[in-house]
Amino acid sequence: MEDEEAVSDFHAIGEKHTQATEQAELLVIGAGEAGLAAALEAARAGVQVTLVDENPLGAGLIGMDVPLLFGNRWTAAVQNQGRMLEQVLSTNPGLEEAFELGVEVKLGTYAWGAFVAGPNLRSLPEPVVGLADETRSWLCGFKRLIIASGARDLVFSFKGFETPGVVGALGFAALVSKYAAFNGQRLVILGTGELAVKTATIALDAGLDVAALVEVRDAPQSDVSLMVSRGVEIITGHAILEAQGNAEGVTAAILAPVAGGEARAIACDTIVLAIGAVPVIDLADVAGSKIARAGGAYVPQQAPAGVFFAGDCAGLGGDAAASGRAAAQAALSSLGHEVEMTAAPVATPAGDTDAYRMDWMRALMTTGGLEVNACTCEEVTRRDLLTVQPPRYLDAPIAARDLATLSGDAPPSQDQIKRLTRACMGPCQARRCREQVAMIMAIGTERPLGSIALAGYRAPVRPLPLGVLAASEETAEMVEGWNVWFGIRTQWVPYADIGTQREIERAGRMAHF
Amino acid sequence: MQNTVEKKSASVIVIGGGVTGLSAAWWLARDGVDVLVIEKGIVGWEASGRNGGGCTHYQSPLFHEEQRLWPQMDELLGYPTEYRRERVIMALTDAQLAQYRDHGDICADMGYEYEMLDGKQTRELVPLAGDNVVGAVHYHFGGQANPQRTVQAYAWALQDKGGRILQHTAVSGIITVGGRVVGVETSLGRFDCEHLVLAAGPQTGALLETIGIYLPVAPARAEMIVTEPLPLMKIGGVDGNGLYGRQTLRGNLAYGGGPHEWLEDTPVTGGTIARPSTQLLQNLSKRLVELFPKAAHVRVIRSWAGIIENTPDGRPVIDRLDEPGNLTVTTMSSVGFGLSPATGHAIRDLVLDGRCSFADIDKLSLDRFANLPRDWRARQGWVPPSLAA
Repeated sequence: MEDEEAVSDFHAIGEKHTQATEQAELLVIGAGEAGLAAALEAARAGVQVTLVDENPLGAGLIGMDVPLLFGNRWTAAVQNQGRMLEQVLSTNPGLEEAFELGVEVKLGTYAWGAFVAGPNLRSLPEPVVGLADETRSWLCGFKRLIIASGARDLVFSFKGFETPGVVGALGFAALVSKYAAFNGQRLVILGTGELAVKTATIALDAGLDVAALVEVRDAPQSDVSLMVSRGVEIITGHAILEAQGNAEGVTAAILAPVAGGEARAIACDTIVLAIGAVPVIDLADVAGSKIARAGGAYVPQQAPAGVFFAGDCAGLGGDAAASGRAAAQAALSSLGHEVEMTAAPVATPAGDTDAYRMDWMRALMTTGGLEVNACTCEEVTRRDLLTVQPPRYLDAPIAARDLATLSGDAPPSQDQIKRLTRACMGPCQARRCREQVAMIMAIGTERPLGSIALAGYRAPVRPLPLGVLAASEETAEMVEGWNVWFGIRTQWVPYADIGTQREIERAGRMAHF
Repeated sequence: MQNTVEKKSASVIVIGGGVTGLSAAWWLARDGVDVLVIEKGIVGWEASGRNGGGCTHYQSPLFHEEQRLWPQMDELLGYPTEYRRERVIMALTDAQLAQYRDHGDICADMGYEYEMLDGKQTRELVPLAGDNVVGAVHYHFGGQANPQRTVQAYAWALQDKGGRILQHTAVSGIITVGGRVVGVETSLGRFDCEHLVLAAGPQTGALLETIGIYLPVAPARAEMIVTEPLPLMKIGGVDGNGLYGRQTLRGNLAYGGGPHEWLEDTPVTGGTIARPSTQLLQNLSKRLVELFPKAAHVRVIRSWAGIIENTPDGRPVIDRLDEPGNLTVTTMSSVGFGLSPATGHAIRDLVLDGRCSFADIDKLSLDRFANLPRDWRARQGWVPPSLAA
């Protein structure tokens, strides 16, 4: 070996990565209020901007409750991509201005990954975002990236949760306001905070009926007087026990007093979870941002070079448009533009977010018991989580361990619980269970919710088909240098052959499997 | 079992709560040995818990023991490993088929049964296969297990036998006196031992260096993808076409392969543990669709990366050193999971009896690298990419 000259490793990554087929000076992900404001601000400064938004979503993802809890309460209109596209354009007038300013607007386009050089990743030829539509995927290179991925629904499950008609507040708002494709009439809304009131207002303004707002605490969590005057009943001290229904969907919400006592039924076809929302940090996490807990949520706190955040994904509330403009100004400045920086909006204090959510979780567990699925995709019950049970298909229950003993071994990690129980491992990519699994872990280990470490997000951050994600083109280096494992010539030579003539014959011909 | 271990000594300390260290500790605990595993993070958190799960390593002197033990592991450990027997390696080209046949012949020479399947037979056995498959080898041995469940099974099983595990504790050095190991320095202070087993994956080299012993290993990053669940195929261990992996018992397709990225040498305490994945998921998806054309509609739900180390010849080091004589070192050189039941047995034998009772492992000793030039990584081209400008 001493006399060998330095060589390159034919099977290492080298120059093999797929190249971007598009380039953006500034790439903005998300055409909500923040992303749009960012795109417009940068375009006005003369920067080439590409603005990507996944709306209108394909019917496949809507059916999987990705990215919002749509709860199977949509009309067939969502399957008409052309109509949905018109709908999205007409309900987001800022897009027209973006077109006029020369912004490259890509609707119906998913951002499934963001890859930036960082620790243990040097091989990328350039930073890229992975994009896809319903038929193919490609890479877009960027000089600067603004992630404005918004918020998603905070989901709690309960008996009958999978019945069509259990929707999230943001999913509901999207179906009503963005898609005009909501397929319900009479709502029971869970929560009495600002989100719940906002949801009820959208519903009433759209001509829907709101039967009640439901609150586990003893008093409404915001000013509900306008709702009362519009005929909405406010029910405090109650948790949802069950979504009763049939194949068509929900027929009633069964509410149980948290303190015990007789349950009552309220006829409705839709139950809206409006207890809270969650910043969408999947893309930020995948890009290598430092994530920390602030204001009752995990948010990106430090971005890789060239990456910026705007709007709800960086922290809920506040002035989204101002946040977008501030992100654009920071990006412009880093590109060498002279910009007048307007002040970035100060995030609104979150109040007792954790305590409020934990009150809901405890009330749901007290009234609904432990046999309710916490993770719907993988059918993991609250009890399975507390007792760290292997999945049902193994039929191998264990008795010796639970969350508390596991917590004694080491601080509880949601990723570890995920591996052991499969909670959060399903096709919805944990959008329906991530937060409540953390809450149940906090209860099971008697630790503060904020101490439950974040389970990491992984690309693709949208569950897209293999055939869509499959590379359509590859570098010649990738094709020629692909090896199942490292391609080390001597690694797979049978042990008995080592040191014999056969070793030389077999070196390089064998492979890993 | 609490993280605050009151007794700061053990008869045997194992550095590294990966699959090799855990198996070794479990084997020792089964013999009543007072054993303590010290792990810098969570058990099985690195490559041990994020690999393809293959249990079919014909190249290893531990192969027979691997094949003997896996069918018994659930019972021996008392916890499920999701082991499933048999493998099918599918070829999409004649060249692939010829290579796979070679492997089958090697195994047949060692007494294991396999058969060749043509395209039609393959499609009958593998419902996701397409018209592009030219054939396959079907092993009536080997198999695959769930890495995540298996590492936890080792950990719980060894605790059940009285062994101890200390997580979130980094070892910073080995303490020797008069040519013998007497303990280790950790983030929780010093722990004493009579024998030390080093099974610290990519850190193994740097830890040995603290007592002046050179074990050459180079760390690298590799990637895998996983899909949503599908109905179970008769045999889960189906791969080929440049991919390794399996259909899990839950039904997900979990596959990896393709180029690796070499990383800087790993510092003693493990250094940065970033495990980013990349757009390589597109290339993995492409090959998986080629392997299973009938799964083109199936959704990819995750990808991930793991960091593994390799020795210059890609072969393990499993060696009880001459000096210090109470130090056993191991690196499995990127292929540790499947062999772990047997590796643990071998390490148990080395620690307690001084020699492996069931196989000749002399060619896996560390001294084969005695004359290796220190710039071997550069000479082999096993170096990190230079940062793009």
